Amino acid sequence: MEAALLGIVTIVVGVGGCLAYFYFSNQFLDHVLFPAKGANAGRNINRANQIRPWLFLFPAIFALSLYLAYPVVATLWYSVTDRSQGGAFVGFANYAQMMDEPKFWEAMRNNMLWLIIVPAASTAFGLLAAQLTDRIKWGSIAKSLIFMPMAISFVGAAVIFKLIYDTRPVDQAQIGVMNAVWLQFEGGIGSLLILRLLPALLMLCGAAAGVYVIIGQVTAIREKGGVLVRGLAILVLAWIVFSLLSLALGAVTAVHPYGEPQTWLTIPGWNSFLLMIVLIWIQTGFAMVILSAALRGIPEETIEAAIVDGANPFQVFFKIKLPQISGTIVVVWTTITLTVLKVFDIVFAMTNGQWETQVLANYMFDKLFRANDWGVGSAAAMVIMLLVSPILVWNVYNARKEMR
Amino acid sequence: MDNIAGTKSGLSWAVHISVVALVILWLFPTVGLFVSSFRTADQISASGWWQSLFATEQNQTLRAGDPDDEGVQVLTDGVYVIEGNLFGAGGETGDANISVWGTSSRAIDAYVPGETADLGDGETITVQANGDYVQTSPVEMSGRGQRVFVTAETPPEFTADNYQQVLLSDNATDSMAKAFFNTLTVTIPATIIPIVIAAFAAYALAWMDFPGRALLIAFVVALLVVPLQLALIPLLRLHLGIGIGKGYLGVWLAHTGFGMPLAIYLLRNYMVGLPRDIIENAKVDGATDFQIFTKIILPLSFPALASFAIFQFLWTWNDLLVAKVFLIDATGQTTVMTNQIVELLGTRGGNWEILSTAAFVSISVPLIVFFAMQKYLVRGLLAGSVK
Repeated sequence: MEAALLGIVTIVVGVGGCLAYFYFSNQFLDHVLFPAKGANAGRNINRANQIRPWLFLFPAIFALSLYLAYPVVATLWYSVTDRSQGGAFVGFANYAQMMDEPKFWEAMRNNMLWLIIVPAASTAFGLLAAQLTDRIKWGSIAKSLIFMPMAISFVGAAVIFKLIYDTRPVDQAQIGVMNAVWLQFEGGIGSLLILRLLPALLMLCGAAAGVYVIIGQVTAIREKGGVLVRGLAILVLAWIVFSLLSLALGAVTAVHPYGEPQTWLTIPGWNSFLLMIVLIWIQTGFAMVILSAALRGIPEETIEAAIVDGANPFQVFFKIKLPQISGTIVVVWTTITLTVLKVFDIVFAMTNGQWETQVLANYMFDKLFRANDWGVGSAAAMVIMLLVSPILVWNVYNARKEMR
Repeated sequence: MDNIAGTKSGLSWAVHISVVALVILWLFPTVGLFVSSFRTADQISASGWWQSLFATEQNQTLRAGDPDDEGVQVLTDGVYVIEGNLFGAGGETGDANISVWGTSSRAIDAYVPGETADLGDGETITVQANGDYVQTSPVEMSGRGQRVFVTAETPPEFTADNYQQVLLSDNATDSMAKAFFNTLTVTIPATIIPIVIAAFAAYALAWMDFPGRALLIAFVVALLVVPLQLALIPLLRLHLGIGIGKGYLGVWLAHTGFGMPLAIYLLRNYMVGLPRDIIENAKVDGATDFQIFTKIILPLSFPALASFAIFQFLWTWNDLLVAKVFLIDATGQTTVMTNQIVELLGTRGGNWEILSTAAFVSISVPLIVFFAMQKYLVRGLLAGSVK
């Protein structure tokens, strides 16, 4: 109970201190420094009003500068110095050392996968959930249940999903859902349909969609130009299509160890996806809430007009609704991207980067607090900073545009 | 929206089914944890949690009373008799229902309840459906108790013992009580202090005129996305350098700093939308900025304050990284729940009864806050990102 008492005392002192600062600094300004009476009353009021904004802003600016702006500079500095040499400037030696480590490239590769899959899947599921729940009476209850994982900590979610992926020896009852389901497959016709045909078909559908978008982009280049950006997009899409096709081939040809419980989190390649599922599970609710608000904001006339013109529900959704909420989709996508870049707890609690599941944030934590290598750790932090900076510039640009 | 123009969708049953499927899929993981936290260690390892919700047929190996124990065998009418219940003296699972039983592992379904099995040498055993048995023998029995293989219908059974163990026991590694209070101690000031500071700053940015205002707003927006990973080393060094060290003060300051951009951004966006007339009227009436802020702006901004408070509360309660870096020292006296759970994952990774209970204790508070104040959370999310 001592800790609780201490906590209460510090809450009172901390919050009271903040309030006292604002109250007394204003009192001081108005009554001592520039009193609004006597000969210079008018001038004093003006002066006080010039200073007051800064009184209001000072603690916030101080906290922002010290806790967010200064560290960017300091981390940049640490990343080009060596702690063991007493902080001597070493140029890009830390970056070079980091680039030589296979673990770093593993983290980069995984992070790229996270960056593509988690925002895409969360947004897609969120859109689906928003569209479906908006049409039914008990939609708001369904929404709040899908939204619920937002309140659960990454660590809590890690425990929840560890239970799902849990493995017991073959002669014991499986307590993890995934293995329990897995043991239902024994190589018969059902396994063929669900484990081979279904995933292969899904992958082929994805690849077909990719090819469709590529063709659209190629015609767009012919008609509108923009070779650089569109070409880049085509390259990325081509890579995605290629990997989807090879995954489809893999799904058909892979040899499955039926009847053996699998330790899912130690299977390289798949385990990263299992970790991503945790974050998708959490973020879908967020995407759903925002997209649902956007969907409701679409002017009804546009939809009415489309229906009068004979559009079917799918056409209404893809051709009328989707284009109108594209701005919101971008916002959702970037917000989830930011979360993904900082994802640390899930990997830390579930695999700690073993079995090829390393990501940048956990790699950095490893370097900082286990290897005690601040130079390389800071270099890794700068890589994360570099990856978020396009979003930073975009946000600032939009905010400025909006204020004008 | 889609049933305008008379096209009531014929797909509505498909929509209902899909939503039900989605909701079940999304709830399933959490429910698993919740159910597991009410089962004993034996139950958890004996069957998956999804089986525990219904009466299940389970094969169990039980033993009759040990003849060597004092007073188990009773000599009546020249016959040695052992009587009792296979499920234990009090019949813990007294309402279990045996469907078939046997005395050999090769034929576990040899008899139905009420039948008598011949064990050889005149020894017999009779088992009833509720587990009561009578074992008789013409000579004194010895050795271990007779093995009986039963297939029994066991009803769902739950216990709150895990919560007692996790919340009330003195066991240092299992006990979450201390971590719970530590988390509260971190969370409450780390939620309130940034609100106070950010509210003043947001008011200044929304309603006061001064040079450099636009630049400051851009600065806040830019800092919204700075990953806090960058702040770890420089700030830890700073804290160690100026003598704060690792502790509550450090973690409060850190959370205040990290939550500040979102707080200012949310509150400013809300305050800008307040009607200008009210503020100008108050100024004409001679109110100072401080009075306007405390008497008019603060009460009117309650929804925005609430939504940021929920964000910050959830974020600080669920945080692991900041606590690990700025709070938890080598003694581990100030551990928070997320950290305690990660440690449990390491040391007691297989003890799902402890692990699931600890995790559920930690996520229950945010869940309560979430369901109680969902309206404000959604409003805050919309204000914070749809721009």
